Amino acid sequence: MNYQAFDVWWWPFLFILIAGWFATDIWRYTGVLLGRRLSETSQVFVLVRAVATALVAAVIARLVVFPSGVLAETALALRIGAAVIGFVAFLLGGQRIAIGVGTALAVLLAGMMMGF
Amino acid sequence: MQSLPSGQPKDGTAFLWFARGMRNIVSLPALILMSAFIGFAGFAKESGIDLTHAVFMTAAIWALPAQVVLIAAIQAGTALVPTFIAVTLSSVRLMPMVTTLVPDLRAEKTRTLTLLFLSHFVAVTSWVMANERIGRVPRQHRTAFFAGFAVTLTTLNIIIVAVVYTFSAGIPAMVLGALFFLTPIYFLTSLWATARDHVIKIAMVLGLALGPVFYLVTPQFDLLLAGLVGGTLAFFIGRRFPAKGKGGGR
Repeated sequence: MNYQAFDVWWWPFLFILIAGWFATDIWRYTGVLLGRRLSETSQVFVLVRAVATALVAAVIARLVVFPSGVLAETALALRIGAAVIGFVAFLLGGQRIAIGVGTALAVLLAGMMMGF
Repeated sequence: MQSLPSGQPKDGTAFLWFARGMRNIVSLPALILMSAFIGFAGFAKESGIDLTHAVFMTAAIWALPAQVVLIAAIQAGTALVPTFIAVTLSSVRLMPMVTTLVPDLRAEKTRTLTLLFLSHFVAVTSWVMANERIGRVPRQHRTAFFAGFAVTLTTLNIIIVAVVYTFSAGIPAMVLGALFFLTPIYFLTSLWATARDHVIKIAMVLGLALGPVFYLVTPQFDLLLAGLVGGTLAFFIGRRFPAKGKGGGR
């Protein structure tokens, strides 16, 4: 029963509702209910935040190391290099997000133009 | 949300704070997110997703990684249940994010229903922005302020997806690739900049390192495993070696 399973207009919408909306908002709603109870200073809270952060970091790594679409055609070394140089520029520039993003993008575009 | 026109006279009305929240749309994080959604629209089109489905996805899910995972699963012809699992794993991070935001958002009289409604608009960008800006808002108007920028941000990006999808034939592949690269770099820098203690930074480094490893071992569960293993390790490393000179938490 995949996305293409039924040839009716509403099936893709239902698929997105179940595997997309419900799969995502279930966590947001759980978060609201937990947030009313959990103390911000508790150790459980620190642990939960650490897990959430490591998860997002893994998302970042996946987007850089195993991208899809146009980016997949660029060299892995270029993407990692652009990300690392951008991050170092961000740290040196007083943790300004604009500096990090701008630098990473400049390195990536320069590399793409050189055919990497 | 209260639609009452009256509020505390000295603090302004809920409507005023909603408008003040809206004004935050003109900001760097909002612009980067819009660029990322331009990239997403191109990606959806490239992947053969219909315009209406791409727009619906953006409104219903409103979490870029989950949307990318969903499209990848659709492309691979994955069945409903495994797709649900993959998407839900990529969205687990929203739970602790919402959990940490709720104590900042709610006032004494805030209804749970209001918080449940607003939670749909929590994603990395609105979360980072709320962390930065919500503290300046009088407590009884925080939900209005958050609604002002978060709901507007979502609406604007839904429109962007529709417009860009329709006209994206003119966007060169290189620009599309660059736009899609903005998202991970923005997440990387903004998460680091708003990390409140060293446990979070250790967790970031471990997640970055473990993510690709787990992806190679088990592509379905890479995010969850990297999160659980990396986060738990970071928690214990942070307790074992407390940061010097920094107070814990806020």
